[in-house]
Amino acid sequence: MKLELDPEVWLVLFGLVGLLATSTLVGLVLRLRVRSESGRATVANLNARVRAWWVMSAVFLLVLFGGPLWSLGLFGFLSLLALREYITLTPTRLADHRTLLWSFFVITPLQYALIGIEWYGLFSILIPVYAFLFVPIRIVLAGDTENFLERAAKIQWGLMICAYCLSHAPALLTLRIPGYEYQSAKLLLFLVVVVQMSDVFQYVWGKLAGRRRIAPGISPNKTWEGFLGGVATAILLGTGLWWLTPFTPAQAAGMSALITLMGFAGGLTMSAIKRDRGVKDFGALLEGHGGVLDRVDSLCFAAPVFFHLTRYFFT
Amino acid sequence: MSEEAHPLASVVAGLAMLVSGAQVRWLDSRPDTRQRVYFSNHTSHLDAAVLWASLPPQLRVLTRPVAAREYWEKGALRRFLAARVFRAVLVERPGESHRLASAREALDLLVEALGDRYSLILFPEGTRGTGESLAPFRSGLYHLGQRRSDLEFLPVYLNNLNRILPKGEVLPVPLLSTVTFGPPLRLEPEESKQAFLDRARAALLRLSHL
Repeated sequence: MKLELDPEVWLVLFGLVGLLATSTLVGLVLRLRVRSESGRATVANLNARVRAWWVMSAVFLLVLFGGPLWSLGLFGFLSLLALREYITLTPTRLADHRTLLWSFFVITPLQYALIGIEWYGLFSILIPVYAFLFVPIRIVLAGDTENFLERAAKIQWGLMICAYCLSHAPALLTLRIPGYEYQSAKLLLFLVVVVQMSDVFQYVWGKLAGRRRIAPGISPNKTWEGFLGGVATAILLGTGLWWLTPFTPAQAAGMSALITLMGFAGGLTMSAIKRDRGVKDFGALLEGHGGVLDRVDSLCFAAPVFFHLTRYFFT
Repeated sequence: MSEEAHPLASVVAGLAMLVSGAQVRWLDSRPDTRQRVYFSNHTSHLDAAVLWASLPPQLRVLTRPVAAREYWEKGALRRFLAARVFRAVLVERPGESHRLASAREALDLLVEALGDRYSLILFPEGTRGTGESLAPFRSGLYHLGQRRSDLEFLPVYLNNLNRILPKGEVLPVPLLSTVTFGPPLRLEPEESKQAFLDRARAALLRLSHL
């Protein structure tokens, strides 16, 4: 389940480094060319994003080469960072302190530990059933009933999105697909590459050709041109990567379409929360990108659906 | 007092920043080695440590939190941190010393702690609040200003620390917080006690909206 350096992985590595190097070069040229004030800000942000992509890609690949424990560690850590950003923005009350301690230090780590011991039955219901019931019970025991339902729902939602949904990405490593044994790390690589490249393509198409806004009330930067161009390009990419997966090219196209659409919906949904709370980003950890949750929001929505379809049809 | 930071100071500061996820902002003000009193809202036991950790290392060595003796002398770890790492100035809680004489003693202690190069971290509300409102200020700030007219008073607003470690809790929930430094104030000649305290409190409240 550790990523092995077979010819297919080499090809992905070359492609990735080539893409990043090209982006860095383009950013350099743009920095010399663009003169206008707003253009400069956009280019500076673009270059910050590219720099962060180098680091994120390197960390992710190293972790995949390190093996499943490293992947679980990384995604578990990302879950905690995302939950931290999410709870910071969603006002809970002081009486929720203990419930939050449980969420951060017991429930989230346990979710990842269950993947580690491959206890699928409990992994798939720990948060939707047990944490779902535990959170309101623990809040009731704290005795503060003000906005009770709202507070319980916020914490349940945070756990579902940041811990449960995201944990389905490394859970791909546990899938045993006939004819694809010991290669599931490539499936995780496929998911993350398609989801993240879909975000990148939407950004690029939006910047180059974006005119008509899709949801001006939610996310001013999302346009029809960016959405359609980005999704189409990402599906092409995903289809072109079929040799990395257990899928046929047609199946890879279908899976890519699903991943990119769920990813887009995830980005839009999480933007609604930011809009409601009156902020632009969930955090400031990743230069140019915002917070961790801003970067993984699309992955949170795509991972569980991809996991279950793959599990249902291919194992 | 030694001029060197304790070897563990940067570790403790790093830990405080990790737990509090503090984002540090300097609005219309800059880090400076001139003698200052950083005054801040008080909602959590983390306040002093996080504010201190938010300062650049070369200022941290010169900045001493003023903290409640009763809390920081409990247990070997707290005693070690207060004495060696933060080099805190430990005072009695103001509520417990209504006598004029002991208030004067506390003031003497602070002036002595300032010396000719140190800065202080002070929580003028006197006691921790719930984080929802800012209590009226005690008069310590004003008296310090009277004794040392060269002092700069810098408002520092701490946001969200009360949710990370509320009153009465032992384990912190690692949410994100913000530490906002505002522009410095000075006690004007002839300024009355109430006017100065109101001005200082307003400066801190203003930061909470920025």
